Amino acid sequence: MEVLPEEIARKYIGGYGLVAWSLYNEIPAGVDPLSPQNVIALWTGPVAGTPVPVSSKYVLGALSPLTGFIGFGISSGGIASELKAAGWDGIVIHGRASSPVYLYINNKSIEIKDAGHLWGKSTWDTEEEIRRELDDDEIRVAGIGPSGELMNRLANITNDRNRQVGRTGMGAVMGSKNLKAICMRGTESVEVAALDELMELCRDLYLRCRGPATEKYRVFGTPANVLVHNRLGCLPTNNFQKGTFKYAEDVSGETMLKNLVKKISACPSCPIACDHINMVEEGPWAGAVASVDYESLELLGPNCGVGDLNAITRAVEYCDTLGMDTISAGGTIAWAMECYERGLLSKEDCDGLELRFGNAEAMVEAVRRMCLREGKLGELLSDGSARAAEKVGKDSSQYVITNKKMEWGAYSMRSLQTSTLGFATSVRGADYLRSGSYQDDVKGKVDRYKLDRSRGKIVYEGENLYAAIDSMVICKFTRGIYKDPGEMARVIRLVTGFDMDEEEMIRAGERIHNQAKLFNIRFGAARKDDYPPPRAFNEKLYDDVSDGAVIKYEEYEEALSGYYEHRGWNEEGVPTKELLKKLELDMGMGVE
Amino acid sequence: MAGKKIIVCDMDKCAGCELCEYACSIYKDGEINWNRARIRHIRIEPIYDIAILCRKCESPECMRACPREAISVIGDSSVMIDEEKCNGCGWCVEACDFGAMRLDEVNDHAYTCDFCAEYEQPKCVEVCPFEALEFTTLDQVSFDKGKRALMRVIQEKGAG
Repeated sequence: MEVLPEEIARKYIGGYGLVAWSLYNEIPAGVDPLSPQNVIALWTGPVAGTPVPVSSKYVLGALSPLTGFIGFGISSGGIASELKAAGWDGIVIHGRASSPVYLYINNKSIEIKDAGHLWGKSTWDTEEEIRRELDDDEIRVAGIGPSGELMNRLANITNDRNRQVGRTGMGAVMGSKNLKAICMRGTESVEVAALDELMELCRDLYLRCRGPATEKYRVFGTPANVLVHNRLGCLPTNNFQKGTFKYAEDVSGETMLKNLVKKISACPSCPIACDHINMVEEGPWAGAVASVDYESLELLGPNCGVGDLNAITRAVEYCDTLGMDTISAGGTIAWAMECYERGLLSKEDCDGLELRFGNAEAMVEAVRRMCLREGKLGELLSDGSARAAEKVGKDSSQYVITNKKMEWGAYSMRSLQTSTLGFATSVRGADYLRSGSYQDDVKGKVDRYKLDRSRGKIVYEGENLYAAIDSMVICKFTRGIYKDPGEMARVIRLVTGFDMDEEEMIRAGERIHNQAKLFNIRFGAARKDDYPPPRAFNEKLYDDVSDGAVIKYEEYEEALSGYYEHRGWNEEGVPTKELLKKLELDMGMGVE
Repeated sequence: MAGKKIIVCDMDKCAGCELCEYACSIYKDGEINWNRARIRHIRIEPIYDIAILCRKCESPECMRACPREAISVIGDSSVMIDEEKCNGCGWCVEACDFGAMRLDEVNDHAYTCDFCAEYEQPKCVEVCPFEALEFTTLDQVSFDKGKRALMRVIQEKGAG
């Protein structure tokens, strides 16, 4: 047990900030991500366990076995509030157990328990089994499925059935440590600096959460984006070859709500409720149950040419229960489908599957085999498309849609170019959640079909704000309910008692981002890692809306340099000494 | 007893956010500890949520189970627990069909919802963002149900 120094708590806020700080100070260069030398850091934020709307969130990070750089995911559900009520802000895990175990935190007591009987079980069964054997239905469980046990580099962590630490292969790191699950139960009260004032503000925030800023999440959930993006020609289709999908209506949030959604569910402390739980009642995928979000739906659906929500629901269920990232799964299968259609993969390579765009059955079956690393196809795909392309060779790497070996989120590269700059410069690989720079494209604030030097500023500002939000940690769906970032800083003030203002909060965001970047530089990151994949430059997008869109290489170079300049980094993307001094980073291990 | 008001939870609306539990502990106990709330969210996966609390039974099982006569019924059937007489044996907890009786293990006595007697209306109802909780009479609940049934028929068959 260690006490977090107050100075660090203030400089890094919590969540993502403390994950970046922990990993930077605990993992030296040269560590293999799947070795016992890797470190898992799980941090809540200061607001976890309080009535602040959608505050029960945690960040779990480690050196990523997928990207080789900083890896982390942010999940909701009851983990963060429960850990807070047990009296802890975070957990840092070293080493490796000699046989399968799970970690059980019950208020002040910490036990490492045998998980031999849980090995091989799905995340949902693991959660139920642990509650049963410890005779407490309110225990929260974050666990891995067979995919994490097999150390698939796309493996995720699932808690409360529907919430995931999805990206960067964190499930594989748990698997490498023989750690099946992290469980917690807390019954103590959670203390804040100014409860009455905080509750008064929260009541107001709840009302705002029921207003127009969150309407789309409440009614259709995130799949509301399907038709919006299709209209804009930026709905990745057939492995990002197109930006519109013929069957978009069939997989829209509107259709899903009408035909499949049986429950709209909330995380603890959430007045929005975005979780739309589908239950398939008939057809080949009858019985499938899953909470389906836009990214999962899009990459397993339109990006694989699949227009069948029942099949998508089953594929998401496989990912959630067997333990794999839906986004990377969809991106990897779409790559394999393109290779199949171009003759780079044979039916024999796919163990008999007709892996063509639009073949829903093949998509679902490929997901299952990837999760279980089953057969030749499972073996080939379960570490992601970039590694698969290295094995397949020929020109298959031309069709890989990744950055830092992580599959691209569901935002078209060529018809949302500010978004692409944000994805490609993201510290954890292709990622819409680090800067949210797609918003300026989608809202028409900039010309989304071109790039220039000024786009760097949009990404820079987005990243700093998002790093602060991810460190508090509050849900990004609530970002629109605050009057301005100053009001978020007020929440931090009322909870912690620190007299933090907007400027200090954003400065902390900038510090955190730089700490993550320094971690990446320790593992070899340079300018070469901040580019979108070849398709963005070499091929024009073809569809009805964004026909002919392509990223001009010179424009991208300009935008990237502009981004580095705004950041105060040199042309290789390395922070200058003056910047690090100004930001007062905690450099424990020193700069290499 | 048409006038007896209780808190009802509409399972179709309850999303399981547990803000009722937060509100209960904050307004009643002056601390954040949802574990001690008088209202309790229960989820049965994958799609059922409900918030459960005292139903103001006419002749409550909790009262009949108490060997020390620490439990009485006041006003419109609110349950009152005499903390002096109660020794925290927990028979009332076992007796309640709804799991609405809770035990304060630190201070050794039972406790349950008093419908925020000191406030204008129950705080959980005020805070519930999904309008799933309602402080109302069962008579009004049945009236609302009838009204809803009629509205459904009108919608399906068309007005007039």
